[in-house]
Amino acid sequence: MREIEYREALREAVIEEMDRDPKVFLVGEDIGVYGGAFRVYKGLLDKYGPDRVVNTPISEIAIIGAGIGAALTGYRPISEIMFIDFATLAMDQIVNQAAKIRYMTGDSLNVPLVIRTQGGAGRGVAAQHSQSLEAWFYHVPGLKVVMPATPYDAKGLLKTAVREDNPVMFIEQKMIYLNKGEVPEEEYLIPFGKADIKKEGSDVTIFAYSAMVFEALKAAEQLEKEGISCEVFDPRTLVPLDEEALIESVKKTSRLVVVSEACQRGSIASDISAKVTDAAFEWLDAPIKVVAGLNTPIPYNSTLEKASTPDKKDIIDAVKGLL
Amino acid sequence: MSKLKKQEKISMLRTLLTIRKFEEKTIQLYQTAKIWGYLHPYLGQEAVAVGSCAAIEKDDYIVSTHRGHGHCIAKGGDLNKMMAELLGKSTGYCKGRGGSMHIADTELGILGANGIVGGGIPISVGAGFSCKFDKKGRVTICYFGDGASNNGVFHESLNMASIFKLPIIYICENNLYGISMCSKDSVACKNIGDRASAYAMPGYVIDGSDPEEVYKTVSGAVEHARKGNGPSLIEAQAYRFTGHHPNDPAEYREKQEVEYHKTEKDPVHNYSKKLADEKIIGSEELEAMEKEIQKMVDSSVEFAEKSPEPELDKFLEEVKNI
Repeated sequence: MREIEYREALREAVIEEMDRDPKVFLVGEDIGVYGGAFRVYKGLLDKYGPDRVVNTPISEIAIIGAGIGAALTGYRPISEIMFIDFATLAMDQIVNQAAKIRYMTGDSLNVPLVIRTQGGAGRGVAAQHSQSLEAWFYHVPGLKVVMPATPYDAKGLLKTAVREDNPVMFIEQKMIYLNKGEVPEEEYLIPFGKADIKKEGSDVTIFAYSAMVFEALKAAEQLEKEGISCEVFDPRTLVPLDEEALIESVKKTSRLVVVSEACQRGSIASDISAKVTDAAFEWLDAPIKVVAGLNTPIPYNSTLEKASTPDKKDIIDAVKGLL
Repeated sequence: MSKLKKQEKISMLRTLLTIRKFEEKTIQLYQTAKIWGYLHPYLGQEAVAVGSCAAIEKDDYIVSTHRGHGHCIAKGGDLNKMMAELLGKSTGYCKGRGGSMHIADTELGILGANGIVGGGIPISVGAGFSCKFDKKGRVTICYFGDGASNNGVFHESLNMASIFKLPIIYICENNLYGISMCSKDSVACKNIGDRASAYAMPGYVIDGSDPEEVYKTVSGAVEHARKGNGPSLIEAQAYRFTGHHPNDPAEYREKQEVEYHKTEKDPVHNYSKKLADEKIIGSEELEAMEKEIQKMVDSSVEFAEKSPEPELDKFLEEVKNI
């Protein structure tokens, strides 16, 4: 099968959905000639024109508001927030408006809005451009949270996000845009709430999402050589979460390591640990281990930056600690 | 812009009275704890909603505020569904989930009231894009208060609306107070309408107690927008007859100021008198109209009181899918 980059997979999803549905349009900063900060929208202004590729001033609140208002009136916008760190500027629109409108108006309005953004460390861009803020959105009822790791998942999930009738936080990771992976030529969609076992195994389940899937796979590969069989479980969507599949995997392995680039305090990883403890305590042969980022603003210096987020070695140590 | 016909003037008076009587009733119900939570009466500001909604069509959009009952009624909202919502009933506009600050009606282009001051202003930008893309000549009216005009969302939204020439009419209802903060102390420039010049759009400062002045100004702004010339900002100076909510004694206001507005600038009283003076409506006709409206408001309360509460079992099912 052909291999394409993560960002190319996203672009293909956008093109297919824009061609399929004239109500889909893009709104965000530097998405015109520039093609977006990570070039996901390269060439789209030429292809679709300025009414469908709306290049805005630096106005995060109005970018989300534009998405909400258009979504309320029959469109399916994709609002782009260049860095998830900047979503903090638009939190009222995301949390008080987009997430709640459908519920609080008694289903009379809905908000088919995709908010594409990216987060994560690894690029030396320090504390205000490297955060993993997915837990903020995971915490708010009314938002879907999607965090694909591979080009295949990115494409299939973005297409589903565009067709979803509720607001979706579609969170990418800045270090994996150039990763290549197999993506079929023919059209496909990936449903929300369906996890993917990235590697099967029998001794320990490693729960990882977004870029951490690759650290988990590297750890699993090395552990395999040492005779330890790990199952790498990628939820792909955090809301909705495929709890059933996770419990199944834990029942099989009886051990769980939860990995998260985000710092542990108040994290999704901690919540996953609580959920599994609650639902599958009797199946566990060891305590659940959370491997998460340090509770720190992400530092600039690359040695310090590397030390603030988990890597293969941290995961290997955690797995071995359970056996 | 067409001149108001006799029937249109009577219709505006009817809507003014409907809002007035509806709001008087909601205050009574609040005081007897049938309505709970927050209630922000529109008393005193009726002419802004009435004059502006008379200037647009059914398929145009409005984006409303926490003080939004008047906008909803003026855009054609159903009194029964509104009252049922205020009483938290399953037959309400929001099935009892939203209450006073979240009423919306897609059929009527009411894109929702809002509990966050300024929260609707960015949403109007999106509705404006929608109107522009659809090319059907639709417009969006965005209501907000003097308080919201000091919020950052105002700047981002008006700037964006202007650069994309979106067909939006920004109506700032300056009722002089953001809760207790007087706009004379909170707004750096003389008039909020003057802020339009920063966004290269027409700005107006008008008497918001006169429905015909509101109608005239908004009609002009609507025409400007429908022609593709972009947004306008209208500061409609009005006054809140009650405190921020019915339990607010509003001690931050001078008695004289309140009296002046209630006696000299009451939009309902003044417009009734104007139409009587112009011999458009007779005293008997007016009395009959008032009675009929009162009956309608009373029957909305009856409808709401008889309506069932939301079902708890259903709620517990619904939350599983959120």
